Amino acid sequence: MLPEIGHFSLILSLFFAVSLSIFPIYGYWQRNLTLLELARPLTFVMTALVSLSFVILSYSFAINDFSILYVSQNSNSLLPIWFKISAVWGGHEGSLLLWVLILCGWTCAVAIKGHSLPTDVRSLVLAILGLVTTGFISFLLFTSSPFIRLLPEAPLEGGDLNPLLQDIGLIIHPPMLYMGYVGFSVAFAFAITALITGNLNASWARWARPWTSVSWAFLTIGITLGSWWAYYELGWGGWWFWDPVENASFMPWLAGTALIHSLAVTEKRGVFKSWTVLLAIFTFCLSLLGTFLVRSGVLTSVHAFAADPTRGVFILILLFLMVGGSLLLYAIKASEVKSKVSFGATGREAWLLLNNIMLTIMTLTVLLGTLYPLIIDALGMGKISVGAPYFNSVFSPMALLLMVFMAIGPLSKWHNTPIDELIRKLSLPAIISLVFGGVLAYSYELGLMAWISLSVAAWVTVLTAYDWFVKVSSSSKGIIPRAKMLPRNYYGMVLAHIGMAVSLVGVLFVSVNSDEQMVRMTKGDVSVLSGYEFYFDGVKHFQGPNYVADQGQITISKDGDFVAHLTPEKRFYDARGQVMTEASIDNGLLRDLYVSLGEDLGDGAWGIRIHVKPFVRWIWLGGILMMLGGILSAMDKRYKKVSGARI
Amino acid sequence: MHPVRKKRIIVISSIVLVLGLALGLVMYALQQNINLFYSPTQIATGEAPESIMLRAGGMVVEGSVHRNNKTLAVSFEITDFVEKVRVEYKGILPDLFREGQGIVAQGKLNAEGTLVASEVLAKHDEEYMPPEIAEALEKAKLNSASSNTSY
Repeated sequence: MLPEIGHFSLILSLFFAVSLSIFPIYGYWQRNLTLLELARPLTFVMTALVSLSFVILSYSFAINDFSILYVSQNSNSLLPIWFKISAVWGGHEGSLLLWVLILCGWTCAVAIKGHSLPTDVRSLVLAILGLVTTGFISFLLFTSSPFIRLLPEAPLEGGDLNPLLQDIGLIIHPPMLYMGYVGFSVAFAFAITALITGNLNASWARWARPWTSVSWAFLTIGITLGSWWAYYELGWGGWWFWDPVENASFMPWLAGTALIHSLAVTEKRGVFKSWTVLLAIFTFCLSLLGTFLVRSGVLTSVHAFAADPTRGVFILILLFLMVGGSLLLYAIKASEVKSKVSFGATGREAWLLLNNIMLTIMTLTVLLGTLYPLIIDALGMGKISVGAPYFNSVFSPMALLLMVFMAIGPLSKWHNTPIDELIRKLSLPAIISLVFGGVLAYSYELGLMAWISLSVAAWVTVLTAYDWFVKVSSSSKGIIPRAKMLPRNYYGMVLAHIGMAVSLVGVLFVSVNSDEQMVRMTKGDVSVLSGYEFYFDGVKHFQGPNYVADQGQITISKDGDFVAHLTPEKRFYDARGQVMTEASIDNGLLRDLYVSLGEDLGDGAWGIRIHVKPFVRWIWLGGILMMLGGILSAMDKRYKKVSGARI
Repeated sequence: MHPVRKKRIIVISSIVLVLGLALGLVMYALQQNINLFYSPTQIATGEAPESIMLRAGGMVVEGSVHRNNKTLAVSFEITDFVEKVRVEYKGILPDLFREGQGIVAQGKLNAEGTLVASEVLAKHDEEYMPPEIAEALEKAKLNSASSNTSY
C-alpha cells in the first residue's frame, strides 16, 4: 500500500509542478496578482509531495520491501542500515528521485529566502523552476518510476547494492553533486526571468549571485568527494580519470566558475550583461547534458547505469526543449540590451573577461574530448576513445595560464589600471615566485614543469596575500579592525583562490613525483619504494556482514623505524558474486602510502599494488578551501539588503 | 580611439588569442592521443596497424589465461567468436577480469600479431557490457551468419 501512496503523491506533485509553471506566467501576462501569488503555495505543496514520496521510498528500503523492483535490485537484508538508506540513490530511478527532491528543495529555498524580491520576479523564478521540475518529474514517472512492484511473486531477498557504492563516500557524494548541478537551475531561472521581464540591469545579477556561489560550492565539494572516493575505492590510486561522467560534472563547474565572475562584473559594472545571461543558460544546460551522458549510457563509464534508449531519448528531448527555448528567448530579447560602459585593456573588467574567455574555452575543450568519440562513431569513422593524455596536454597549460591571470585580477582597478603601476606591483612577487618555485623544484629534483607549476602556485598565494596586506594597511585604523571591515565576499575569493593554488601543488606533486609498483609477493617478501620498506606478512581470511574477505597484512618501515601497518582487502560479495578491492592507506599531509591487493596468484602469492603519493591530500584540501570560499562569499551582507528596484 | 571600439578590439583580440592557443593544443593532442578500437577479426585480417596504440575488445577465451609464476606477467586470448587474438600484459588485472567475460585491452600490436597491453579494462558490473564489445560481437555474429548462408 505504501509504495502506491508514494507513487500517487509523485503523480500528484506533477500536477502541482505543471500548475506552478503555468499560473504565475499567465498571471504575469494578465497582470493578475492573485495568480502570481499562487507560486509560493504551489511550490510548498509540490515539495511536500515529492518529499513524501522520497521518504516512502527510503522507508521501503529500510524495511526491506523487496516487492518493489527498485528496492529488490539495489538492496539486501544483510546490508547495514546506513547503506540501505544510501542505496535509495544507488541506482538510476532513486537517484533521479533525489535529483527531483533537491530541485524542489532549491525551489522552496527561493520561495522562502526570496521574500524581499519583487512579487513578479519571485513568482516567475518559481515558475521557471516549476517548469524544470515538470520535465524531471515526468521523466521519472514515464521512464523510470522507482515504485514499480514485483507482485504477486515478490522475491525474498534483494540483489544487493553494487559493492562499489557501499561506502561512506557514496552516501554524501551524489547528494552534494546534485545540490550543485541542480542549484545552477536557480541562476538559470533568474536569467530567464530577466529575459522575460526584459529588464537586464544589475539587480538580477545581484539576486542570482549568492545562489550561484552556493551551488558552485556544493558542486566543488561534490567533485572533490568523488575524486577522493575514486582514489581509495577503485583501488588503483588515481584521483581523476577524465572519465566522461567526471567530465560531465566538471564542465558545469568550469562554466559555473565563469558565471560567478561574470555575475560579479555585471552586478558591479553593468557590463557583459547579455553574456552573463547566456552563460547562466549554458551552465545549467551543461548540467542537463551531464545528466544525459550519465543516464543514457551512450558513453562507456564507471557511472553508466544499465542503458535504456527511451531514457536517453527523453532526456535528449528535455535538453533540446530547454536549450532551444531559452536560446530562442535570448535571441528575441537580448538584442535590446546595450551596455554603455567602457573599460581599458588592463582594467579589472578586462582581466575578468579573460577569465571568462579562458574558462569557456576550457569547457569547450573538455566537451570536445568527451563528445569526440560519439561524433566520430555517429559519422561512421570508427570507434575511438580519447584518453587522459589528450585532456592533460590540452587542459594543463590553459589552467596554468588562467591561474597566472587569476592572481592579477584582484589587484587591478575597475575600469583601467595604469600599466606601469601593474608592472611595479607585480615584478617583485614574480621574482619571489620564480625563485621559490625553482628552489622547491630543485630540492625535490623535479623538472621544468614542476618549476612552472610551483611558481604559479606561489604567484597566486603571494599576490593574494599582498593584495590583502595592501587593503588592510591602507588606512590608519590599524590592521585588525580594517581586516574585519573587508567584505565576506572578498574573503571568499581569497579562500577560493588559495584553494586553487593548494590543489595545484597537490596535482603537480602527485603527477610528477609519485612512485608506483606492481609486485608479486609471497609471505615474508619485502619491496622497497621511495625509501619505504613494505613487508608482506600473508593474508588473513575473515567474514564481513555481507561479504567474505582476504585481508593482506603489510608492515611499512623506513630506515628501520615502524611507519604503519596496512590491511588492504579483497572482498567477495555473495549476493552479486562481485569482487571488490579495498585499498588501505596511511595518510599524511605530505604523503600517502597506498597499498591494494591484486589477484590471488596461488601458492600464497599475491599481486600487490604499492603507491607512494606525495601531497595527494592537498588536491582535496584545495577543494575544501574552494567550497568554503563559495559559501563565505554567498554569506556577504550585501545580499541581505535586496534593493527595491523592480526588474 | 573611441572607447566602445577599443573595448571591442580588446574582446575580439583576446578571444582570438585564447581560441588559437586552445585549437593548437587540441590539434596537437588529438593527433597523439586517440585510440581506435579494433575487433579480433579486424586484427586477424591485418586491418589494424602495428606498433600504434589501439584498443581491442572481446571475450576472454576459456582456459587461455597463462600466468608466469615468478612475475606478474600474464597472457590470454580474446575472441569475437570468429577470430582470436593473444594479449600479453604485465601487472594486476582488474577485479572483474574472468574467463568468458568481456574486456577491453589497450596497447600496441607486435610483429607476431600479439597485443602487448599497457592497460586492461573489464566491464564494471555483471550486467554491463562495454558498447564497443557488444557491437563487435553483434557484427561478428552477423558476418558469420551471412557467410554461412552464402556457402
